[in-house]
Amino acid sequence: MSLLGIEHLEARHGLLEAVRDFSLSVADGETVALVGANGAGKTTLLRALAGAHRPSGGRITFDGVDVTRMPAHRRVQMGISLVPEGRRLFPGLTVEENLLVATQRRRPGHWTVDTVLEAFPLLGRLRGQRAATLSGGEQQAAAIGRALIANPRLLLLDEVSLGLAPQAVEAVYRSLANVIAQGATIMLVEQDLTRATSVADRVVCMLEGRLVLEGARNELTREQITEAYFGLGRAAGVEA
Amino acid sequence: MIWVNDVVQGILLGGFYGLLACGLALMFGLMRIINLAHGDLAVLGAYLIFLLLEHWHVSPFLGLLPVLPVMLGLGYLLQRTILERSLRSGLLVPLLTTFGLSIVIQNLLQQSFSPDVQSLGASAGSVATASWQITSQLSISAIGALTLGVAVLIFGGLQLYLSRTSSGRRMRATAQDPDTAELVGIDSRAVYARATAIAVAIAAIGGMFLAIRSDFYPYSGPTHLIFAFEAVVIGGLGSSLWGTLAGGIVLGVAQTIGGQINPEYPVLAGHLVFLLVLLSPRGGILNLRRAMA
Repeated sequence: MSLLGIEHLEARHGLLEAVRDFSLSVADGETVALVGANGAGKTTLLRALAGAHRPSGGRITFDGVDVTRMPAHRRVQMGISLVPEGRRLFPGLTVEENLLVATQRRRPGHWTVDTVLEAFPLLGRLRGQRAATLSGGEQQAAAIGRALIANPRLLLLDEVSLGLAPQAVEAVYRSLANVIAQGATIMLVEQDLTRATSVADRVVCMLEGRLVLEGARNELTREQITEAYFGLGRAAGVEA
Repeated sequence: MIWVNDVVQGILLGGFYGLLACGLALMFGLMRIINLAHGDLAVLGAYLIFLLLEHWHVSPFLGLLPVLPVMLGLGYLLQRTILERSLRSGLLVPLLTTFGLSIVIQNLLQQSFSPDVQSLGASAGSVATASWQITSQLSISAIGALTLGVAVLIFGGLQLYLSRTSSGRRMRATAQDPDTAELVGIDSRAVYARATAIAVAIAAIGGMFLAIRSDFYPYSGPTHLIFAFEAVVIGGLGSSLWGTLAGGIVLGVAQTIGGQINPEYPVLAGHLVFLLVLLSPRGGILNLRRAMA
């Protein structure tokens, strides 16, 4: 059954149409990787799904409920959590406080402040430290942990490996594997294609705000994805 | 010794300025709203106490108790109905809105209470006039000490609320990044409404002390707003609560020392210190610009 339905979604930044006529349906328990060049509209799409960006048209349904105009904090309550690009921890709050502020509208479930600190061992000893003093990898772990505390049914991850050392990326994805194993539905933006195709069941490629290619990861070749990523197919079509 | 007395009187006066500035700093630190109606809300609080005192001849401190929940409710409604809407349209609109609100409150007060100058000093009893003579040149007034004591209690209580309670934690998170606060499940508008409610209630406490220490009339809000605003700026623009109280104290001391140099100078000396802080590279205009950006 489809958990998330996106129908003809439009989102703009002023005059710029960042997301255009985007439709997609995501099944319960599925992991979808969203790929595309910078400025393709991936971040805007995720923010629209989380309620941080008001769409200018179209519809978003979650678990059968129309959430298009619902504020972000109520979507968290329904089970949609976003790990924003750039991690966005509250810099003046400690790691533990960053986790605690996310507990107000958490859904009942496995993840609590304690289970998050257990699952990310490096956070345990940093719990009293201000978030601004953490390294990139530590911040990313805290940001993912903060989103998990709500026990989301749909976890949106925006460029979680951006700016991290390879070992930190490895650690982040290891912890994600646990989350996926527990049955969460995930939509993630990832620049590393190999990484994206290895964790996701399905790959969705965006170009200039539109969905240009989608398919199960074993159905799509790397060439097809690369072509869609850069819009090469379309350019070839014009020439022909 | 005269200078010691000036500093002591300045510190006591600073407690009063800190009290007036507290709500202003809270709203600016959280929402970047400069509430130009803050002084008028303090005067409104004084008038509400005055109204109660006309009917039941009690002390203003007792009269404050039923006024506090009214002001909490008023602050909450103000945020939900007017400020929330104007916040959506950028930083300039709340400034205009609160400017308008200030005029509305002044005129409503004039309509309902006449332009007469009032004071609650007489109904406060001996607290308003008592003082302790420490040495021949140093005396501490009871009302001054009480104002400073209440200010310290309120700043301390607010600090505890922000650092220890879950609701206060959410307020700090929202102040740092409202967008992300929403994404982790915080209803930022509810947080804002709570903060404005607290700010307006504290303004009423400031208004009560204003009414006991001196006098008030429908249009006296802006004169007090300027001192509160200066305390907020000197104290670091609401980035820390204790900073605001310290800002009030610096302003108070500057005024009493200025008054010692020349009896015509107290207000001017306060403004000069405010301008110096504003022009200093660390605390001043640069900071203000960053805060407004």
